[in-house]
Amino acid sequence: MALLEVEGLRTHFFMREGVVHAVDGVDLSLEAGRTLGVVGESGCGKSVTALSILRLLPEPPARIVAGSVRFDGRELTALSEQELETIRGRQIAMIFQDPMTALNPTLTIGTQVTEMLRHHLGLDARVARRRAVELLDEVGIARAAERLDDYPHRFSGGMRQRVMIAIAISCEPRLLIADEPTTSLDVTVQAQVLDLLDDLRHAHQMAMILITHNMGVVAETADDVAVMYAGQIVEQAPAAELFSRPEHPYTEALLASLPDLERSDPRGTRLTTIPGRPPDLISPPDACRFAPRCPYANLEDSCVQAPPELREIRPGHLVRTAHPASERALAGVAP
Amino acid sequence: MTAPLLEVADLRVHFPVRKGLLFDRTVGHVRAVDGIGFELHEGTTLGLVGESGSGKSTTALAVLQLIRATTGTVRFLGHELTALRGSELREMRREMQIVFQDPYASLDPRMTVGKIVAEPLEIHDVGSRRMRRAQVARLLELVGFDPAYTNRYPHEFSGGQRQRIGIARALALNPRLIVCDEPVSALDVSIQAQILNLLKDLQHDLGLTYLFIAHDLAVIRSISDTVAVMQNGKIVEQGPAGDVYARPRTAYTKALLAAVPVPDPQRMQARKAERRRLRLALASE
Repeated sequence: MALLEVEGLRTHFFMREGVVHAVDGVDLSLEAGRTLGVVGESGCGKSVTALSILRLLPEPPARIVAGSVRFDGRELTALSEQELETIRGRQIAMIFQDPMTALNPTLTIGTQVTEMLRHHLGLDARVARRRAVELLDEVGIARAAERLDDYPHRFSGGMRQRVMIAIAISCEPRLLIADEPTTSLDVTVQAQVLDLLDDLRHAHQMAMILITHNMGVVAETADDVAVMYAGQIVEQAPAAELFSRPEHPYTEALLASLPDLERSDPRGTRLTTIPGRPPDLISPPDACRFAPRCPYANLEDSCVQAPPELREIRPGHLVRTAHPASERALAGVAP
Repeated sequence: MTAPLLEVADLRVHFPVRKGLLFDRTVGHVRAVDGIGFELHEGTTLGLVGESGSGKSTTALAVLQLIRATTGTVRFLGHELTALRGSELREMRREMQIVFQDPYASLDPRMTVGKIVAEPLEIHDVGSRRMRRAQVARLLELVGFDPAYTNRYPHEFSGGQRQRIGIARALALNPRLIVCDEPVSALDVSIQAQILNLLKDLQHDLGLTYLFIAHDLAVIRSISDTVAVMQNGKIVEQGPAGDVYARPRTAYTKALLAAVPVPDPQRMQARKAERRRLRLALASE
């Protein structure tokens, strides 16, 4: 049985302007110890999906209107706030994009690291402090014992993210949700933090959901990748397969639009772009959501009349489009 | 070879660090830019890359004389900018413009799109009102922004569209040099590609010269003819883009390039091992 099973998740925001279908039918499955990368551009629903799993969204305006989230066999959508408290931080931990705002500036690092240990594991102050030093040491903070009484402003961005990670792993969670954990960091620091997360999840047998807009970060971290567009998963596959044989026209376009570190003649070449914009999620079209921007969709196509289902095109490779690359190749279609 | 459009030599920008409330005194200096030099030829792009705090943006501001250099020279179009004041400097400003990172913060929310793009023309008293209006429409068209929306406000547009407005404004006075300070780092990848293509097209059509600042090495690679890598206020390596990327000479540039995650799981394992090795080498230096 999978550790996390999300089925038909729909999270809508009830706003004055109308109902925003931010997450509109997401299915995910994650085995223990595996890493799932969720990629997509701003507004595609990747963060809302993560926050819905832990039920961290403010209600109202948000509401999970349909679907189920089963973690280790328990239905999270049915739990009370009090029951959820035993899951959050303890079983499922989360780290966020901005380590500057995620830490409390008025409390020492030591207080913030020991808080979880005392609350969830019931450690007394002395034991918690000793454990906190071990944790900071494990995430690579030098002279951890001395730094325990420092406030967050004494730490750089990368160091703060390490502190956040130390707090997140302190109760040995079985699942870590990392929402753009390296987006605000410099590239060399990003590499260090990604390497750290890699080491930790192996050492602790921890499953991870990594949410990011950065295709490179996903490629190097994830076992499986889900690509989101306009509130839905449009493609899901093992990482190696997704990057070498993308099927969805959106995934193909997204990969083609990336500037390449090793491209030989930059001046002559133009980057591939995706015309248009994602649909308005207040009234998403009752058809393929990518169709208006898709180079292969024609007016008489089925995908313009009705939304395509997510289907398995190869074992373990799911895609939601009427025009997957392999079928186009067979039919000899060019854009 | 013709003289460079922009020539910077031994540029230093040091900020005083002050202490004390009533009788504050200078206790030291932050050497934000610490003795750099480069040349930029007309119609080409110099990519300035580095991590936060390396001095990229300070360099940009010092070139434009928005911050005054502590020492050093900035020669542009045959003038020594650091020696110019008042109206002379204002004349030179027509020839050099800037596009900022954040298209949300850099456009005045109370001004219409038309007003934003027309403002440089008004400040420099170019043309009649009617000519300016025609010019605004032409500029918006040039950057791929529908001139029908001239009377709308910035908040009605997406990040990519706003960056187009910012570029139209930078182009208004027909400048020779445009400083682009992280112009695509706030944008989604598909939009980022649109703006990079636009900048390339404009350069080709108008013969523009770019000083292009970014922290993203792949973005820098895609647009630059020459590249300068900054670290702690100094340029540690510079040269033709192809050379610097294919054969980096300094340990810092090597580590920087190795740290970039590439969207290719097959190459990733080798790159990961390489960057751990380089990090250790750099740490033991």
